[in-house]
Amino acid sequence: MKALKSKGVASLERRIFLKQSLSVGALSLLSGCELTDHDGVQRVLGAMSRWNDRAQAWLFDPKRLAPEFPESRITVPFPFNAYYGEDEVRVVDGKSYKLQVGGMVREKKPWTLAQLYALPQVSQVTRHICVEGWSAIGKWSGVRFSDFLERIGADTTAKYVGFQCADDYYGSIDMPTALHPQTQLSFRYGSELLPPKYGYPMKLRIPTKLGFKNPKHIAALFVTNEYPGGYWEDQGYNWFSGS
Amino acid sequence: MATQIVKVHPLLVRIAHWINVLAVLMMLFSGWQIYNASPLFNWSFPSDLTLGGWLAGALQWHFAAMWLFAFNGLVYLVYGVVSGHFRRKLLPITPRAVLHDVGQALRGRLAHEDLSVYNAAQRAAYVALIFLLAVLVLTGLVLWKPVQFYWYGQYMGDYEGARLLHFFSMAGVAFIVVVHVVMVALVPRTFPSMFTGRIRKAS
Repeated sequence: MKALKSKGVASLERRIFLKQSLSVGALSLLSGCELTDHDGVQRVLGAMSRWNDRAQAWLFDPKRLAPEFPESRITVPFPFNAYYGEDEVRVVDGKSYKLQVGGMVREKKPWTLAQLYALPQVSQVTRHICVEGWSAIGKWSGVRFSDFLERIGADTTAKYVGFQCADDYYGSIDMPTALHPQTQLSFRYGSELLPPKYGYPMKLRIPTKLGFKNPKHIAALFVTNEYPGGYWEDQGYNWFSGS
Repeated sequence: MATQIVKVHPLLVRIAHWINVLAVLMMLFSGWQIYNASPLFNWSFPSDLTLGGWLAGALQWHFAAMWLFAFNGLVYLVYGVVSGHFRRKLLPITPRAVLHDVGQALRGRLAHEDLSVYNAAQRAAYVALIFLLAVLVLTGLVLWKPVQFYWYGQYMGDYEGARLLHFFSMAGVAFIVVVHVVMVALVPRTFPSMFTGRIRKAS
């Protein structure tokens, strides 16, 4: 009787073991996509992405400059990239355009393009690196973003600067990157006004971040301590995405 | 014929090996998906061999697995140097011996009575693998943070140079892994020793 029972337990254990082995086997047979969609896997990957945000913030040296290049190395034509096709590029009316400024700032009055063009301008020839892997060198001119934040009396102890764009894109960056000397509110590409496909009337050019962190057609910006997310970040791209 | 059981793989090497298998497979399959987002050449990896579903998923896998891969590799390297494991098992390597053993292996005549000693072809392959994996970490850091690591990235052709080096190092790793698995299949009694650490020595 006792022997019978233990035999039964042993066979039960064998069956459980077999079942577990089968599910491990089945898991390994899942395609990468199904494995990635698994809830537990999603939680681990999400947690690792937030850990990578912290690691990048720690690695980011606010004084380290992105390399600048001679104009002869500019990529021609500079590639167009957005979450829509080039035939759907939004055209913003510059005459009625005003940049809205909000959140933790002292001066909330909107800015016309004429007022923005009157600010001291700087240029850079830097490398744009896309999250997809390709890179291209371009020349942008505009106002140093830290100067602009100072002018509007931004609380630079806040965590984030967020953006709303005329093409319904949105995004956000960390304050140390916003204050980096090469982060630029750009109005010009090369020797001309920023054409619509590159983000007229302005983009935020950040050579220390991946391309998708450089919002185009900016309509409003705000300073905040509440995480604003972003168009691609909310779909799984790493938020910090620094270079 | 008398047989004798000999120790071949220290416990730490066995653990590091299997963690590395997992980490490298995750890095390879997610890396191929990342490659497909903007192929360097005019071909892509079959999607059945990719991990992550799309670019964002693949990047999450790649940048999660990289920590496992790098820390495991670091522990293995420190152990290998400090314990003398590398010196005992991987040295000396002479080009003449490597060529000789590779030639023997291709003719199916490579002797393996004593599997506790690596032949010259194995030593060369393992050293090459360690080297390529280290290059993958260094080029990977330049791709991940081209500005922060520009101080050394500039000597490997900056971002685009590191991208090519990363790709070709990956190809080298994939090649060595395939040869390694084929060799294990040809000499199957080496396989359990990677778990138990012991192997029969024919004498």
